[in-house]
Amino acid sequence: MTCRLISYCRGKACYALTCSLSMVLFGTGLILPLLFIANTTVALSATEVKVGSKAFTESVILGEIITQLAQSEGAKVKYLRQLGGTRVLWDALLTGEVDIYPEYTGTITQEIFAVKNIRDEETLKKILAEKNILMSRPLGFNNTYAIGMKEDVAEGLGITKISDLRKYPKLKFGFTNEFMNRGDGWPSLRRAYNLPQKNVRGLDHDLAYRGLESRSIDVIDLYSTDAEIRYYKLRVLDDDLHHFPEYNAVLLYRSYLRERAPDALKTILKLEGRIPEKTMIDMNAEVKLGGVPESVVASEFLKKNLSITTEPKEETFLTRLVHNTLQHLFLVAISLAAAILISIPLGILSHRKEKIGHGILGIVGIIQTIPSLALLVFMIPLLGIGSAPAIVALFLYSLLPIVRNTYSGLQDIPVGIRESAEALGLPPGARMRLVELPMASRSILAGIKTSAVINVGTATLGALIGAGGYGQPILTGIRLDNIPLILEGAIPAAVLALLVQGLFDLLEHVVVAKGLRLKGD
Amino acid sequence: MIKLENISKTYGSTRALDSINLTILPHKTTVLIGPSGCGKSTIMRLIVGLIKPDLGNVYVKDEMLTPINFFTIRRRMGYVIQDGGLFPHLTARENVFLIAKYLGWNNDRIRMRIAELCELTKFPIEALDRYPVQISGGQRQRVSLMRALMLDPDIILLDEPLGALDPLIRFELQNDLKGIFHTLSKTVVMVTHDIGEAGFFGDSIVLIRDGHIIQRGTLVDFVRTPTDPFVTSFINAQRSPLESIGE
Repeated sequence: MTCRLISYCRGKACYALTCSLSMVLFGTGLILPLLFIANTTVALSATEVKVGSKAFTESVILGEIITQLAQSEGAKVKYLRQLGGTRVLWDALLTGEVDIYPEYTGTITQEIFAVKNIRDEETLKKILAEKNILMSRPLGFNNTYAIGMKEDVAEGLGITKISDLRKYPKLKFGFTNEFMNRGDGWPSLRRAYNLPQKNVRGLDHDLAYRGLESRSIDVIDLYSTDAEIRYYKLRVLDDDLHHFPEYNAVLLYRSYLRERAPDALKTILKLEGRIPEKTMIDMNAEVKLGGVPESVVASEFLKKNLSITTEPKEETFLTRLVHNTLQHLFLVAISLAAAILISIPLGILSHRKEKIGHGILGIVGIIQTIPSLALLVFMIPLLGIGSAPAIVALFLYSLLPIVRNTYSGLQDIPVGIRESAEALGLPPGARMRLVELPMASRSILAGIKTSAVINVGTATLGALIGAGGYGQPILTGIRLDNIPLILEGAIPAAVLALLVQGLFDLLEHVVVAKGLRLKGD
Repeated sequence: MIKLENISKTYGSTRALDSINLTILPHKTTVLIGPSGCGKSTIMRLIVGLIKPDLGNVYVKDEMLTPINFFTIRRRMGYVIQDGGLFPHLTARENVFLIAKYLGWNNDRIRMRIAELCELTKFPIEALDRYPVQISGGQRQRVSLMRALMLDPDIILLDEPLGALDPLIRFELQNDLKGIFHTLSKTVVMVTHDIGEAGFFGDSIVLIRDGHIIQRGTLVDFVRTPTDPFVTSFINAQRSPLESIGE
């Protein structure tokens, strides 16, 4: 039936495109039930509070504090640590995948509701309430943006306030990527202060400090609670035109927490007004400069300030490795299995129907050109955070090598052999099964191998959207400038890629017929 | 037995066959001969149904060839191509029994039939479990012939079956093939470009040029009563240097 329908559409490119697109969508649809099962097994453990944090140390510490507070009331807590940036967390809060996370008032007004031009706290609370989201009172510190330079450089040039920068157009600026683009970031700062500098680039915050140290940049943006300000002997320039809004730390949470976990919420809200700026800077310094785990810092804070004793649960190297390996394998196995199931039929279809084939190869080719990070982020509005969007993105990435190798493997079968099979009187299905697929098996297997190896590497990005895996220690390692931690993710990922490759080399002896592996005398 | 009626076939702008009418007689060997690209292989592919004619019809045993009866008619024909067309992922034995297995023959019947065929084609039984890359070109053609004969078809089609072999093996296989055709009394259609081979095998020879049939007859007819100067020049072009020494 499908075959007839397809041959009927022949010659109409749009049909071909629709057909192949629907196949890809069908494939995506196929893995969704699997993901649903995966998600429900997680949900069965009846998590009461889902805590989130952004991918920088302060946020991770605050998330840890919230987690331990909720746990001290006996609540079951799931802590999704260091998920990407504001957009990821905010979307996750809206969909209820995260129930509570630390945020900053400035970010809410300038970033999340940038278009609404919110002037006061009452309006903000009203807008949040419409979305069933509540905001705690400020936690006590203001982590605003600031502009900083090396103390000796600033001293030498006589710079103490941001407006002094106007006199030195040659200075090199290095700002975080988020600061380069956000509503209160570089574009408005430049307008407000009429800054003339042309040499401005975007880079990772943690790398910016090192750039400053090596003198490859002169001026960076800072968070005022950064531990590095003291460590690197930086001068924070006075915001003399009061450009930056206040970034009071608050907690954003779903209103249903009041019913679902009232005790835990009550305890968590004890944090209101309890974290002064100096305390926050100290905690940041302990983690970033002292190398103390966030959970330990959080536990010490709670003991000292709220007299709550908690057990900081820090995974050992081995349990962490096992945990990350299982998560990573889960992502790779499901996405790759689904990709194999869909790609081989797509490759066969491309080989059989030339016009549709162009459409299919075109579409899977285009999917491959989408940057992996962008593809992951595209998935968030559709599938939320966690393993589901990561698996779908990895599935989409794994299509091209398998489809293309199935197609070319079939295409490369010599005409004489193809026609001999036909002349024997074998119908098309039997020819495919008995002759063409076995002959293309090596090429197909090579495609699957390529997909698998790419998949293992790309899956490390899954950590950015809460899917875990080997990306988790890599992200933490980058954040804490901790090379061993980066290697803790990078080495197993490389080993896994090699293992996968070896596995497929072994598999070749099983799948590819002996006659194809022999060489003539 | 096989009838081609008013067949025309064009590939792009080249006319491969132009209103061909041809009847292949049963139990005889008919050889199609002509220069490269004359359309002789196209005729074979039309009979097997690998390609469709633009105009005209092909009849096999009074049955018109249509996409519906392709599979059943093909099983009444055996087809052998130049390099054998053996499936490299299967052993010689598996190549031979593939279609019988698909049609559900039991193992005993398959084993007996293969033993018969090995004897007929003089193929060593112990080599049956080798893969195509492990046997010589001549042996490959014997396997290909066994595969074509597996279902005991009435018709055998051979498209330059000896074209890729060296002269000694070719000579040996020529004699064996002729013996097989004689024993089996099948309807045979063979394509070659070698006039000596055509004379050796053909009860009837069909000379084709540029998609037209130039002459049909025996080798003697071609030499004595050529219908076209091309017939004579085609024969002379392949005259062996050995013959001139003999004269």
